[in-house]
Amino acid sequence: MADVVSILLVGVGGQGILKASDILAEALMFAGYDVKKSEVHGMAQRGGSVSSFVRFGKSVYSPTAAKGTAGILLSFEKLETLRYLDNLMPDGKIIINNESINPPACNLGSMEYPKNIEYFVGNVSKNVKYVSASEIAVEAGNIRCANTVLLGSLANHLPLISGSIWKKVLTKSFPEKLLDLNLRAFELGKSA
Amino acid sequence: MKKELMSGNQAIARGAFEAGITFASGYPGTPSTEIMEEFAQYEGVYAEWAPNEKVGLEVAIGAALANTDAMATMKHVGVNVAADPLFTVAYTGIEGGLVIITADDPSMHSSQNEQDNRNYAKFAKIPMLEPANPQEAKDFVKIALNISRKFDTPVFLRSTTRLSHSKAPVSKGNRVTEISKPAIKIDTEKYVMVPVNARKRRLEVEKRLNALKAFAEKFPENTMEINDTRVGIISAGVAYEYAKDSFPNYSYLKLGMVYPLPENLIREFSQKVKKIYVVEEMDPFLEEQIKAMGIKNVSGKEIFPFTKEFDPGIIKDSIQGNEQKKQQIELPEIPPRPPNMCPGCPHRGLFYSLKKCGKVFVNGDIGCYTLSFLKPLEGLHNCVCMGASIGMAHGMSKALGDEGKGKVVAVLGDSTFLHSGITPLLNMVYNKSNALVIICDNRTTAMTGMQEHPATGFTLQREKTKAVDFIKLAESLGVDSVRVADPYDLAKTTKTIKEELSREGVSLIVSQRACVLFKRAGETAKPSLRIDLTKCTGCKVCLPIGCPAISWQSFSAINAAAIQRNAPKQDGFVVIDTSLCNGCSICQQICKFDAIID
Ligand SMILES: Cc1ncc(C[n+]2csc(CCOP(=O)(O)OP(=O)(O)O)c2C)c(N)n1
Repeated sequence: MADVVSILLVGVGGQGILKASDILAEALMFAGYDVKKSEVHGMAQRGGSVSSFVRFGKSVYSPTAAKGTAGILLSFEKLETLRYLDNLMPDGKIIINNESINPPACNLGSMEYPKNIEYFVGNVSKNVKYVSASEIAVEAGNIRCANTVLLGSLANHLPLISGSIWKKVLTKSFPEKLLDLNLRAFELGKSA
Repeated sequence: MKKELMSGNQAIARGAFEAGITFASGYPGTPSTEIMEEFAQYEGVYAEWAPNEKVGLEVAIGAALANTDAMATMKHVGVNVAADPLFTVAYTGIEGGLVIITADDPSMHSSQNEQDNRNYAKFAKIPMLEPANPQEAKDFVKIALNISRKFDTPVFLRSTTRLSHSKAPVSKGNRVTEISKPAIKIDTEKYVMVPVNARKRRLEVEKRLNALKAFAEKFPENTMEINDTRVGIISAGVAYEYAKDSFPNYSYLKLGMVYPLPENLIREFSQKVKKIYVVEEMDPFLEEQIKAMGIKNVSGKEIFPFTKEFDPGIIKDSIQGNEQKKQQIELPEIPPRPPNMCPGCPHRGLFYSLKKCGKVFVNGDIGCYTLSFLKPLEGLHNCVCMGASIGMAHGMSKALGDEGKGKVVAVLGDSTFLHSGITPLLNMVYNKSNALVIICDNRTTAMTGMQEHPATGFTLQREKTKAVDFIKLAESLGVDSVRVADPYDLAKTTKTIKEELSREGVSLIVSQRACVLFKRAGETAKPSLRIDLTKCTGCKVCLPIGCPAISWQSFSAINAAAIQRNAPKQDGFVVIDTSLCNGCSICQQICKFDAIID
């Protein structure tokens, strides 16, 4: 692995991206890495496109990464994958939630939601995994924990974070009554 | 001590607490908002939301004059609002310490402009510190407070979006044990800024600035790292982190204090390296001063962008002279995804109704409702700064005279009205205006994340308090007609607006309905609505409300067997996303075919 690894989480405001990137950053810190995460919120919350960098390594300076250098792209929505594709390093890993959310122009019928997203993504990397996170979240008990399902899937690429660290951070991050649900969602995401 | 992951804003709040700051006032504004929200939760501190940044700074000045260590927080444009007291408290100094946080927004992620507030430090002649990461953000608050007390000056601490909203491990410290004791001290020569006293203080300001320059030379947070001496980089704040990420082996002069500058230290650095790059986002603030020192071989804005945030790649490409090489990736046309008003947002009903009232010019303002400018609503026609809508509407209606009758409106939010709408409304009454003002009162400061304000009935620290009554307030200002409307009721709202537009004089409508995301308002979301496919004729009248839950489905994209036509030329139908819809019923009121059902 490079000295500093950059993971970019992208999706739509309201999908729980910031929460997921908080959990990820904390897990990396507990695993002994220096870590920086950054995001832009504010206006982006209102259904807009959202992105959050998490970078880790021995020592990390910048909270954001240069274009074309992210090692992993974790995308919560199919179309958003394309918007941020140029951040990925050649043949970097991509995990994509099999979910489409219409942007306003598509709702109005004035633009088309891109077809063939798999084709464009496949051109950039052969290292792509599609996860039906919402379906898995429903299986776990609540559609709202799709973000935890995706974290579970991401965990497969971060073997240096142990299961017990993930468990510790998830426990810290959710109120007791939502914890079992999220632990389940995480495990299902991991084995998906 | 163990490290904890903190955002820049959390770290600033923590730093203020540890430093012994016990008093804070501010007005929300991205990216500064969370500083106050975090600080307010510490034991033994007082924190309040002010109605605007000018009041917030004045409140903090008052506390600091009573020998209390105080902080004022605001976003970059907030300093414009607070500039009047700022420039003069720079003359008087204070008794306690006073730290002013300005959070700038390079790239304008959530702002109307990209002003570089380092210029304010120079303009107002007060020192400015600029942390580069959350750990420094925490530590620098304490340093800023010490400088404030030592030099009897307000001190700026500057953050940017990338610092405020980045997280990194931070080590916490203990709170100082000695907390300043509040006291009254009268010193009219120092604090009454009439010309005779101000002239004397002006000289003190210059002396202080000179003392601060000397201090800057030895300031431990202005640090030199000499490595590869072919290239030296002078930088500050998060820009330093970007540069260091790309070029870890160059030599650096990292400035923890960006005003005033340590001239001798900069000269010394320039003699150790062959060539200097000044790496700073936005204005050539450091560069111009460094070049004015007569230092040679300095490059800055001739290679680096003058706008937007940097990242490590931009710095690398600028220094190496690469064209911003975009990876050649084949992509389809990607529809934009701008922030949008939420499903069930009460602003939607208001702007839809307003559009039914003929050709009017809607003077807009800043808040969630600004998002109505987007297609399809296209609900407002200008937006300059908070509170500007009312003054602009008045000016426009005066300039248009009879031509403008019934055609000029101002729309602004409840928090925005209280921020800076009352004085211009008074002006409308005083100068006999002929325009309509609409307050979209969603009971909270929604855009920045639901902050309390003087009409919500609660303070920042969750105490119950009085809530201003917009109706009584407007009546006592002398507004000719004051009405209330429910933006979920389109017919009545449209009627009310039409009536008020046709009146002479100043009218005010309070469009009242709580934000759908605002939990305390206690309105439980109604069940989602559905489309009755046996009735939808595909007429599309419900699309122009721009609800994210409603989308168009054309027949051409689906399997022919599933098609049911309810009108001869029908070419599609609408779909309601039941996971988004919260039953506000605006679409239902528009549908002529009763095709939208509970
Ligand atoms: C001088 C200044 N201070 C703060 C802000 C940040 N800001 C933008 S919108 C907004 C709140 C608007 O609240 P409100 O008027 O109630 O409208 P809502 O978002 O609730 O619709 C704030 C604080 C700003 N743009 N300018």
